[in-house]
Amino acid sequence: MSAIANPVGQTPWTLPYRGKVAMACLIIAESAIFTIFVVAYLFYLGKSLTGPTPREVLEVPVFFTICLLSSSLTVHFASRALEHGKRGAFQGLWLLTIILGGLFLFGTAREWHRLIYEHGFTISTNLFGTTYYSLVGLHGFHVIVGLLMLTIVFIFALGGRVGPEHSARIEVLSLYWHFVDAVWVVVFTVVYILGR
Amino acid sequence: MSSDAMAIQAARAARQPWVQTLHGWVTTVDHKRLGVLYIAYALVFLVIGGIEAAVIRIQLIRPHNDFVSPQVFNRMFTMHGTTMIFFVAMPILFGFANYLVPLMIGARDMAFPRLNAFSFWLTAFGGALLYFSFLGGSGLYGAGNAPDVGWWAYAPLTARAFSPGHSSDYWTLSVLVSGFGSIGTAINLIATILCLRCPGMKLGRMPLLVWLNLVMSGIVLIALTPLSAAQIMLLVDRYLGGHFFDTQAGGSATLWMHFFWIFGHPEVYILIIPAFAFVSEIVPVFSRKPIFGYPVMVGATVCIAFISMSVWAHHMFTIGMNSYSNTFFVFTTMVIAVPTGIKIFNWIGTMWGGNLQFKTPMLFCIGFLFQFLVAGLTGIMLGAAPFNWQLSGSYFVVAHFHYVIVGGILFALFGAFYYWYPKITGRMMSESLGKLHFWLFLIGFHLTFDFMHIPGILGMPRRIYTYEPGRGWDLWNLIVTIGAFVQGVAILIFVANLIISYFNGTAAGNDPWDAWTLEWSVPSPPPVYNFATIPTVASRRPMWDLKHPEDPDSIYE
Repeated sequence: MSAIANPVGQTPWTLPYRGKVAMACLIIAESAIFTIFVVAYLFYLGKSLTGPTPREVLEVPVFFTICLLSSSLTVHFASRALEHGKRGAFQGLWLLTIILGGLFLFGTAREWHRLIYEHGFTISTNLFGTTYYSLVGLHGFHVIVGLLMLTIVFIFALGGRVGPEHSARIEVLSLYWHFVDAVWVVVFTVVYILGR
Repeated sequence: MSSDAMAIQAARAARQPWVQTLHGWVTTVDHKRLGVLYIAYALVFLVIGGIEAAVIRIQLIRPHNDFVSPQVFNRMFTMHGTTMIFFVAMPILFGFANYLVPLMIGARDMAFPRLNAFSFWLTAFGGALLYFSFLGGSGLYGAGNAPDVGWWAYAPLTARAFSPGHSSDYWTLSVLVSGFGSIGTAINLIATILCLRCPGMKLGRMPLLVWLNLVMSGIVLIALTPLSAAQIMLLVDRYLGGHFFDTQAGGSATLWMHFFWIFGHPEVYILIIPAFAFVSEIVPVFSRKPIFGYPVMVGATVCIAFISMSVWAHHMFTIGMNSYSNTFFVFTTMVIAVPTGIKIFNWIGTMWGGNLQFKTPMLFCIGFLFQFLVAGLTGIMLGAAPFNWQLSGSYFVVAHFHYVIVGGILFALFGAFYYWYPKITGRMMSESLGKLHFWLFLIGFHLTFDFMHIPGILGMPRRIYTYEPGRGWDLWNLIVTIGAFVQGVAILIFVANLIISYFNGTAAGNDPWDAWTLEWSVPSPPPVYNFATIPTVASRRPMWDLKHPEDPDSIYE
């Protein structure tokens, strides 16, 4: 096939990195899933036949939200550090990201514990319970998956196996983590601001 | 015996013991083998779904028939619909996309070969799960076996109270699992098309099949995921006591309908766009002309993709939406006919003045053109809300969408089988058996689905397991059932042709159709690595350029 003439040979042939394209696609697909859950949450707002209502039981998790959102910054600077070959800074910022994400997860766990044990409020209590636990739980699930992947990378990094040559892949993972944070902005707005 | 035939014989003689062959197929990450696996898997389910259709038609052949019980009838139409959409149409189209896209863009494999295998096995597992319900569906309650909630699975039919046992769980899980498989394949296709094109293969030079599969994958990302979300909600309802679709607790059955059809209507385009893709490759080759209006074809496809996201509630006119919603969805449904019509004009424009060769693939494509036009016209009829109020839920609707799926998608698929079988196996399919298959299937199709419109207009509802005599439906149902069996015989001829041609077909050589896309530049069947050296292209028809160096396309584009 090389017999085919190549008049475009002068310009270098570059195409986007497959990992980034695939992650962008995954984010589009996940956004559609979250959209459906957000629509269900908004649709059922105030339609529960029994209590409790969001205003009665929900408290705004300001601190843990700040934790999660700032982890977007740390993961960004971590991958930037790796790109420039600063492995120490990368490892530190990466660990900080994991800690911040873990703190957020702890916040959700504490909130759910309070709701279940103090208010007796579960996923089967009413429509609010069903939609609240599903939406926040779906996001929490994504945080857990993200933390698992971050931790795997961290373990490899401790073994000295993550270098600047992996920065494109690290960039893909950080894209996912940014997405998890962006979803939280939507969930937070819908559940804790509009929904209360 | 030509040297090509001897090469095939030699390749086949050099086979390993069957255990190793099996191991090779199960652990393969090669896009061509996975494509063949997808297609073979879908063909098995096509036979199963066809048998279910036959049971439905035997039951309805005359009034007060008691071939099967009402319960079994419900299971049959549920399994028929679910099987044909999720385990026949999607996998078979993904199979062709898997096989052809890397070859057409000059790549050696998909972007993520292991994700590719994972997606296939998810889909395969989903199908197995659905059919395991025949054994495992009764669970502790001893109630029912296979799912019987219809392929829409409307709430509250799927609630615990109305669907005890596990039959609905099997339905939900199998659709969810195969949906994840489809999303994986869609991501893989997009990454492959955007990132692995050979040098010179700009977006504007990609074969239309590649373009249309790119658009189809985009729709999968946006439209299949709402179904996954709705299935997760249904699982929450059934397993965790949630109330999403529990009307007793304020939940809404209408919300399920919206979520289902937000997936359900774009799904039609997920299936028909790859069918468009086959026709767009086959019609030019057998008209000996390049495709007419390439950029318009791409633009129309992208238009269809966008509009398809906003037409879903035309499946729900009878639930009582307000007049603004009705007007909006009537309008969008009418508008989507415009880009679709443009495509039909372009295919006819390609054939116009061409040196037409009526080989079997071309015959199926011409059948597709006429039947898809009729299917589109009944679609316009059903898209008008007042007409829809009269005929929604009747056999007219069943006739309409089978016209799309069988008359459109399946005809294009058969064309694709006859066109690419030589590339996949190295042997031609029999033309005489192919023509017999075409004419018999055409007759059976029209007997069944033309006449199915009439009992619909006369008021026969879908999903009834029997009917009273004397309503004027008897004769039509008899004809429809006879047509179904003619189609069954035609399918058997097709399967026989697949098998006989594999052993006795004439050797195909690299390029039996004198075609223009890159897959015909490599041997048939292609080697594992596809291209010994990655090709470079300079126009939309690289093989034309190669064969006609004195007058290449590249100087005109």
